[in-house]
Amino acid sequence: MTTELPHPIRYRGRLSAFAKHAGLVLLGFVMLYPVLWMVVSSLRPDDEIFRSPGLLLESLRTENYAGGWNALTPAFGTYLVNSTIVVLGCIIGNLVSCSMAAYAFARLEFSGKRWWFGIMLGTIMLPIHVIIVPQYILFSQLDWVNTVLPLIVPKFLATDAFFIFLMVQFIRGLPRELDEAARIDGCGHPRIFLRIILPLMKPALATTTIFTFIWTWNDFFSQLIYLTDPEMYTVPVALRSFVDATVSTSWGSMFAMNVVSLVPIFLAFLIGQRYLVRGITTTGGK
Amino acid sequence: MSALDELRRLRRDSTTDRKRDNKAAFWFLLPWFAGLVIITLGPVAASFGLGFTEYNLIQPPEFIGLDNFTRVFSDERLHNALGVTFTYVLVSVPLQLAFALGVAMLLDRGLRGLAFYRSAFYLPSLLGSSVAIAVLWTQIFGADGLVNRVLGFFGIEGKGWISDPDTALSTLIVLNVWTFGAPMIIFLAGLRQIPGVYYEAAAIDGVRGWSRFRHITLPLLSPIIFFNLVLQIIHAFQSFTQAFVVSNGTGGPSDSTMFYTLYLYQQGFSRFDMGYAAALAWFLLLIIGAFTAINFWAAKYWVFYDD
Repeated sequence: MTTELPHPIRYRGRLSAFAKHAGLVLLGFVMLYPVLWMVVSSLRPDDEIFRSPGLLLESLRTENYAGGWNALTPAFGTYLVNSTIVVLGCIIGNLVSCSMAAYAFARLEFSGKRWWFGIMLGTIMLPIHVIIVPQYILFSQLDWVNTVLPLIVPKFLATDAFFIFLMVQFIRGLPRELDEAARIDGCGHPRIFLRIILPLMKPALATTTIFTFIWTWNDFFSQLIYLTDPEMYTVPVALRSFVDATVSTSWGSMFAMNVVSLVPIFLAFLIGQRYLVRGITTTGGK
Repeated sequence: MSALDELRRLRRDSTTDRKRDNKAAFWFLLPWFAGLVIITLGPVAASFGLGFTEYNLIQPPEFIGLDNFTRVFSDERLHNALGVTFTYVLVSVPLQLAFALGVAMLLDRGLRGLAFYRSAFYLPSLLGSSVAIAVLWTQIFGADGLVNRVLGFFGIEGKGWISDPDTALSTLIVLNVWTFGAPMIIFLAGLRQIPGVYYEAAAIDGVRGWSRFRHITLPLLSPIIFFNLVLQIIHAFQSFTQAFVVSNGTGGPSDSTMFYTLYLYQQGFSRFDMGYAAALAWFLLLIIGAFTAINFWAAKYWVFYDD
């Protein structure tokens, strides 16, 4: 590839590479600018937020964080705890139920398999709005409204078919000889699943964990519908009632809580980047 | 043991295997199957039934025949919501995909620092659906917001973008375009699968620039473009959070950000008109289904499969 090129061409190549990088950096900066500006603004007094479009801090002000934290009753810590409970519950539910279903679809020969698999794929496309009304009626009759159950229990029933599909794809890539060998040694399916497939599935499980984390943390629609008591609010519902409640809106404290709410997403992104990219390319997530 | 005996033994094994697999499959699929019946298909059927009733959660549902479904045709606010949603889908999805493809092509092929750029462009997709970003957006496009201050810097007078019915929807379109990172990653993976020999052959024939894109990249990438298109359209139809937060749940100003899902939410969960909400949900399913079907039909004419 790198045979000696005549001078002007090499020069032009380098110049265009430089222009390309400059353009990409600029575009990246423009894209991230609003978020950076929000972080900086969360450390500014309100009147300065309305004056300064720049990113330079004249003075560091942390009062916005204290103010935002205590602006609602209960304080913001409660919402973080609630969100954490919901997220952890959903992650465990998805990991357990989706991996079980995926094992069956990828490794077992059972009657009507293709048909069930087709139905499973079909449910990925089903908008939540189509089922939310009867689901709400069901859960309200079970007296589950204002608990975390309507958010978590469905995950234990493998309703996120997207992850089943992702795991099926992954298991199909594992060599069959491994479970055949185990089978000859007298292992039944539960043991093959637990001892052989599951440990090998770690990357797929990691992808599922990261996506479930981010989607559940961000989810607003179902949390808004099921959690109406302020004690039960999760972070997104609290943020939104923050906007609603503060008539003389303080952007500083609002931004401070926005930043707090985005930190877990950002961390999940940093830790799980590899898995996020893999998950997206194999199955085309959001 | 003769070969025939061996064969018999194997066959017997495979039938017991099958039985064993059937039994195992039952247990492994039990959670999924319960979910399918209780959480998914049951409610789908129930919402169809509910569509024929008037139900406010307190009084028992009352059968009213086709009233909810015929109401769909005379409900002016719903027609407006459909218009808003279609505009949003048909403008923001192509723009978003064009950005995604453009940037993916810039990032393709031996560019240094790919991982860094990919992250920078992808991060907004992860944040984009959050309430926090929607709150940020109300500030950015507010009367005293960031956009107007940047414009003021250049001596341009701005306005309250979000409080003006003419521009409110555009700010949400911008938000959706901003999240082009996820389809971009899919495009990147697709571009990487185009064999370099095509480009080399084209270079020898002196084909480059636009016609190289038009005659090599575009056809070979068309299955991926199609995939992204179907996915993003379905996704855009279901947008809710941004419009809800930006308009404080009203869909305003003057219903200009009244997404279909927001209207459904209002009917079902503010007015507790569960029957009508269920009918609306079915109507939404039909619309999304129709769009997807049209997409698949049109794909015959522009999606090119190599094999």
